[in-house]
Amino acid sequence: MYDIEALYEATSEAEAIRLMQQYPTAKLIAGGSDILIQIREGKLAGCTLISIQKLDSLRGVSMDEDGTLRIKPLTSFSHITKDPLIKKHFRVLGEAVDTAGGPQIRNIATIGGNICNGVTSSDSGSTLVAYDAITELTSPDGVRRLPIQEFYTGPGKVALKPYELLTAILIKKESYENCEGHYIKYAMREAMDIATLGCSVNVRLSDDKTIVERMRVGFAVAAPVPIRAKSAEAAAKGMPVSCKTINAAAKAALLDVSPRTSWRASKELRLQLVEELTKRAFEQAIILAGGEL
Amino acid sequence: MQKQLVRCTINGKETETYVDVRASLTDMLRNEYKLTSVKKGCEVGECGACTVIIDGECYNSCIYLAIWADGKNIRTLESLLGPNGELSDIQQAFIDEGAVQCGFCTPGFIMTALEILESGREYTREELRKQLAGHLCRCTGYENIYKAVEKTLKKRKAQSANK
Repeated sequence: MYDIEALYEATSEAEAIRLMQQYPTAKLIAGGSDILIQIREGKLAGCTLISIQKLDSLRGVSMDEDGTLRIKPLTSFSHITKDPLIKKHFRVLGEAVDTAGGPQIRNIATIGGNICNGVTSSDSGSTLVAYDAITELTSPDGVRRLPIQEFYTGPGKVALKPYELLTAILIKKESYENCEGHYIKYAMREAMDIATLGCSVNVRLSDDKTIVERMRVGFAVAAPVPIRAKSAEAAAKGMPVSCKTINAAAKAALLDVSPRTSWRASKELRLQLVEELTKRAFEQAIILAGGEL
Repeated sequence: MQKQLVRCTINGKETETYVDVRASLTDMLRNEYKLTSVKKGCEVGECGACTVIIDGECYNSCIYLAIWADGKNIRTLESLLGPNGELSDIQQAFIDEGAVQCGFCTPGFIMTALEILESGREYTREELRKQLAGHLCRCTGYENIYKAVEKTLKKRKAQSANK
């Protein structure tokens, strides 16, 4: 038995929002792989829950008319990995979320929950920030869109207003088109572990595959929230596809990160990982995009 | 306490019962339906001892609310029991390969093995390790568990080829 004060099950998005208005202190529960564990640990013991688990309208991946990828927040990690649209246009996200937990966790954990919990170690966050994902937030006042980097406001904190529901994660066509990405999760174990550091790099090369037209890199656990390394991106933009470019970008990434020492790893190890994983992920992304080194 | 009606299919049988909204699916399966193959291990989704198959996918039933089971098709280890109490091929393979010692993790492992066996595809050892990574076993060292699953995969493949 869970230590839950009361539980309300929403049968529609509108009802979920109405329940949030009615019970302002209640916690929203999607897959539960964070919330239920925090209840067990006592951190959230005695809470009131609003379950959105059964809202199938918030599940799945589709494409808008303008080519924007629309990822619904209740899509489980395993369904993201298996999804044909993700496989075709955003393969790196499928690979990134496939490193989280174990198979059973990936069947229940949702991508929306993974960003709404605001944790820096999220296996989807670094890739989503590296692709300029846009969050779609719905409330009684209407629908607004917020870049994911602004959605993350601090450790465990996101920009959701009271009564606001994450209803989609959007990736514009311009962001994923002609773009290849690679994610590396560095952890102590190959499964059932949280990233010591995560690095997601994606590139768009020139038609002749010799110039880095655009490079974007996102990190997990390199700062209080998932972040982009703009200095690294500037160091790579417009440069020839070469080891020199890769090394310069990896060095520049150190200017943008602010990792800390935790029981998992020291700040020094994390800084070393920032540079090394940027090199490896950048190199792999170039190869995937058809470049030669 | 707040109760809610849960109608679902469990091991092929349609069932319905009112459950406490605070109950996990592990609680419901063990307490309401006496399906005690569903083990209570860590209760935080780490050990896999409570694994059941819901609509074809494996879940840790300890971190799945019982009320979410409404409308679902749930399978536990008990569904493998033959009409005269016979074991299924995968259970027999676990015994033959020495993949069972204390037995606490076994029902969970077998449910994930079942999802693997029913996927109809082949697996490398690396892929099997990844697919079975959501289960902890403190006795066997895992090697014999991989062997038992591999052996059953081969056996089923040979059987379907003969048909």
